[in-house]
Amino acid sequence: MESILNIRNLSKTYQGGGHTLHVLNDINFAVEAGATLSIVGPSGSGKTTLLGLCAGLDRASNGVVELNNIRLNDLSEDERAQVRNRYVGFIFQNFQLLPTLTALENVMVPLELRGEKNIRPRAMELLDKVGLADRVHHYPMQLSGGEQQRVSLARAFSNKPRILFADEPTGNLDAETSDRVVKLLFDLNKEAGTTLIIVTHNLELAALTNRVIKIKGGHLISDERNN
Amino acid sequence: MDRERFVYKKRLNIPWLFLMAWRDSRRNRSRLFLFVSSIVLGIAALVATFSLGDNVRKDIDQQAQTLVGADLVIESNKPVGQKIRPMLDSLGDQRSEERTFASMIYFRKGGGTRLIQVRALQGGFPYYGSLETTPAPAGRQFRLHQEALVDKTLMLQFNAQVGDSIQIGDVAFAIAGVLNKAPGRTGLSTTVAPPVYIPLKYLEETGLVQKGSRVAVNFYYKFKPSTAIDKVVESIEPRLQKAGLDYDTVEERKRNTGRSFEDVNEFLTLISFIALLLGCIGVASAIHIYIREKISSIAILRCLGVNSGQAFLIYLIQIVGIGIVGSILGAVLGTIIQQVLPAVIKDFLPIEINAGISWPSIFKGIALGAVIAALFGLLPLLSVRKVSPLFTLRLSLEPVRSFADPFKWLVYTLILGFIVLFTWWQVHSWTQAIVFTVSILTAFLILAGIARLLMWLVRRFFPASWSYLWRQGFANLYRPNNQTIILITTIGLGALFISTLYFIQSMLISRVSLTGSGNQPNMVLFDIQNTQKDSVAALTRQYQLPILQQVPIVTMRIESINGKTAADVKNDTTSRISERAFEWEFRVTYRDSLTDSEKLTAGKLSGPVKYPGAIVPISMEEEYARRINVRMGDSITFNVQGALVSTVVNSMRKVDWQRVQTNFRVVFPPGVLELAPQFHVLITRVPSPEVSAKFQQAVVREYPNISIIDLHLILKVLDDVLSQIGFVIRFMAGFSIVTGLIVLIASVLISKYQRMQESVLLRTLGASRRQILAITALEYFFLGALAAATGILLSLAGSWALAKYSFKTPFSPDWWPIGVLFVAISGLTILIGIFNSRSVVNRPPLEVLRREV
Repeated sequence: MESILNIRNLSKTYQGGGHTLHVLNDINFAVEAGATLSIVGPSGSGKTTLLGLCAGLDRASNGVVELNNIRLNDLSEDERAQVRNRYVGFIFQNFQLLPTLTALENVMVPLELRGEKNIRPRAMELLDKVGLADRVHHYPMQLSGGEQQRVSLARAFSNKPRILFADEPTGNLDAETSDRVVKLLFDLNKEAGTTLIIVTHNLELAALTNRVIKIKGGHLISDERNN
Repeated sequence: MDRERFVYKKRLNIPWLFLMAWRDSRRNRSRLFLFVSSIVLGIAALVATFSLGDNVRKDIDQQAQTLVGADLVIESNKPVGQKIRPMLDSLGDQRSEERTFASMIYFRKGGGTRLIQVRALQGGFPYYGSLETTPAPAGRQFRLHQEALVDKTLMLQFNAQVGDSIQIGDVAFAIAGVLNKAPGRTGLSTTVAPPVYIPLKYLEETGLVQKGSRVAVNFYYKFKPSTAIDKVVESIEPRLQKAGLDYDTVEERKRNTGRSFEDVNEFLTLISFIALLLGCIGVASAIHIYIREKISSIAILRCLGVNSGQAFLIYLIQIVGIGIVGSILGAVLGTIIQQVLPAVIKDFLPIEINAGISWPSIFKGIALGAVIAALFGLLPLLSVRKVSPLFTLRLSLEPVRSFADPFKWLVYTLILGFIVLFTWWQVHSWTQAIVFTVSILTAFLILAGIARLLMWLVRRFFPASWSYLWRQGFANLYRPNNQTIILITTIGLGALFISTLYFIQSMLISRVSLTGSGNQPNMVLFDIQNTQKDSVAALTRQYQLPILQQVPIVTMRIESINGKTAADVKNDTTSRISERAFEWEFRVTYRDSLTDSEKLTAGKLSGPVKYPGAIVPISMEEEYARRINVRMGDSITFNVQGALVSTVVNSMRKVDWQRVQTNFRVVFPPGVLELAPQFHVLITRVPSPEVSAKFQQAVVREYPNISIIDLHLILKVLDDVLSQIGFVIRFMAGFSIVTGLIVLIASVLISKYQRMQESVLLRTLGASRRQILAITALEYFFLGALAAATGILLSLAGSWALAKYSFKTPFSPDWWPIGVLFVAISGLTILIGIFNSRSVVNRPPLEVLRREV
């Protein structure tokens, strides 16, 4: 099967206080289209940095990131923004909804950015799927954490992304809500056939994906497939 | 899997940007409005002054004829020669003649006396407009009888009634009416010597016009409507010039009135502009904080695919939009204020000012507001382009500092360029525009520099051993999200403004008051005839008053300098002599010694001239000699009321003109002018207003031709004039000050959002209401006190420089008003700070967090 994400010799360093901090060192892996993958590791291991680089939110210091066959290293920030809009969906630990937009508007933004027409029914349908049909006109601050994360899910799938990045999607939720959100995430993903990459230190969540990559001290220490 | 080739398409999608700008502003509109409220008053002040300018220009056009009251006026400040008289008597279809001079009025009922301007009138003047009187017919009828029109301020001062009797010179007149307004006269122009109209036919009888008296003559003409006045003027101009006569037409007066108003309007516009600039700095600072709070939203948008240009435009649309809303509000307010302005400046202009709505001014104000809000908003907005989508993952990322951003420097240049251009548009002088911009910039930089220095000093010498409250209060001055620079700059500039106005006003008043204190002279009697000289001196002594000076005065003009007449000098382009030398009517005295206000700087004062017909050695005041380019040894021929006298410049004197005594540009030696027509001036000192009144009454009763200037009166008039000017300036500067307060309120409110979380945290950890209030009060006290002190110090420095180099007077400010100002500004800052923090201290922490954060 063809890879949707190719990471080759990826390194990331930061300069500060006269020191060079190596956050990621020579990471290599590829992800097939439609696969689900978890990146796990202890705090400070570099997994969120890796997610940021894979999703085109940051530039690598060395190495190559290819997303949907597009070499992100060669693109400007604005070009990468367009790549994200076309091919990428995001779910964040702290939901990252726009506080001044209603749930419906938050879901519509990626589609509006693409200049698509008749987006409202699609956004409504997604919100219905995540069980928020009656909360579409609420602002994020009027929603609970679980509801906010469900809006975030609807938004992530709204632009039919090829690949979805989730950064600790259940990190801010209680166990019951987490289970509901995770179920929704996997159901929607299956339905859309999207590639899913989750950064988490929740091993139960990681166990739900096809493959688990372990990062420690900026190095990839294992790459295992789940049965 | 299908794959398409990625091709980057730069799209702006303008309607969506507007939609997002609108959506994003939803929960912030009241705060955005708060930011923009800083520019509302600046725009209001500008729209008010623009509208005033527009309306006055229209009014001058419409009322131009009533400014003069005639189609043509021919003026002379000396008796008119017989040669030109036939021409003067043949001009126009209707003509009037008026003689004006200073003299004393005596109210027979109350016994009051005062210096007035006698206007002896004959004919139908004014032909346009009217002498506005109460009762109205008196303006025409007084000319038919032995009656006078008396200025309303005089009537009020002496509690006189229509029908009362006044004496001018030897003639008593009945008051026919109260003079409310005469063509072309401003309220202020009549304060020292209020006008009193009498019929010209009684002038001779008053006995006030004698040889040497200073009487001006005006001839007013009305022409048929079809007459081309400029052609008439062109044809008679050479003859008028030759006879030393001046003229004025409606067009000329329109230009002059317009010009003097433009000066006032430029000044008011610049003061308004400063208010706007002050507000803009508030806007820039508020937007800076606003954008900092928006970083996470911008990062989310960037994650979702918004490019840097789109993100920038979403917020630019918000700022410009809110700038336009603020400007519209400002324009409405300005139009309302404009209804008041005519009342404020009515005494300065000789026309009726109408307060109509001026649409061009309103549009100008709105456009200006939008442009300037965008320009100042651009500075903090530029950082939007640099917000990384990574903020969604790591909120602790350091914000980008973009000093190296070339766009930032471009915006700075645009702002400075805009200020220079706007100022130039007002004052039409590049030098003045650049000086204004540099001055404003310097004041800003000094205040901002002092704020930075304070932050550095507090950090460097942090009082670690002091109590927690003090430490927290101090630390708030330099911690992230501090308001130190913005508050010190805006409050400091406001303080600078108020105190400078106060210093200048008190400097001018004290300069005059000083001259009237101690044993300085405070009363001047002039127009004393030769024959009255000794008896007036005796009368003065009789009232136990000292004769501080008694000098003869002879009026004369320059006929030629080094053999060259005015015409020669005019035709000779190489001549160093100024043409103005020949226009001046000199009042000259004769003596052989210096007074204590004079110092010889070249040659020596000559003794009495012994041989009639010899060349007379004279002394000139050096500053005047320099102005007309006359040097030691130059020969000057004076025309002493018909007789030519040859002189040579034998000495130069430096004169202290600020002393209340007679000072002269030209001094003759004794033995030359004794027989020339002359009058005398006597200078004395009266101990009290009561003695002054009695003495004046006695002088006027016995010598009605003598005029008296009472320094008390001049001081009072000056005080009135300065108060009025001060009021206008304060009125306009008030916009800056209130803007400063609004910026202060906005800054404090914005910092409230910044400080909310930590105050709540402190409350949660057990800090009492009093402790939180004390920390807030200390922080705002430091800010308010330092800003006020810096503003006042800058103003002291500026006023000292003005006193030393411009007014040439010692600078000794009153300290108590400065203290009051300092306490008021510091106190107000603390009050506003505490008032806005009350929600933190009065409610439970959780409620505050839910409501505000």
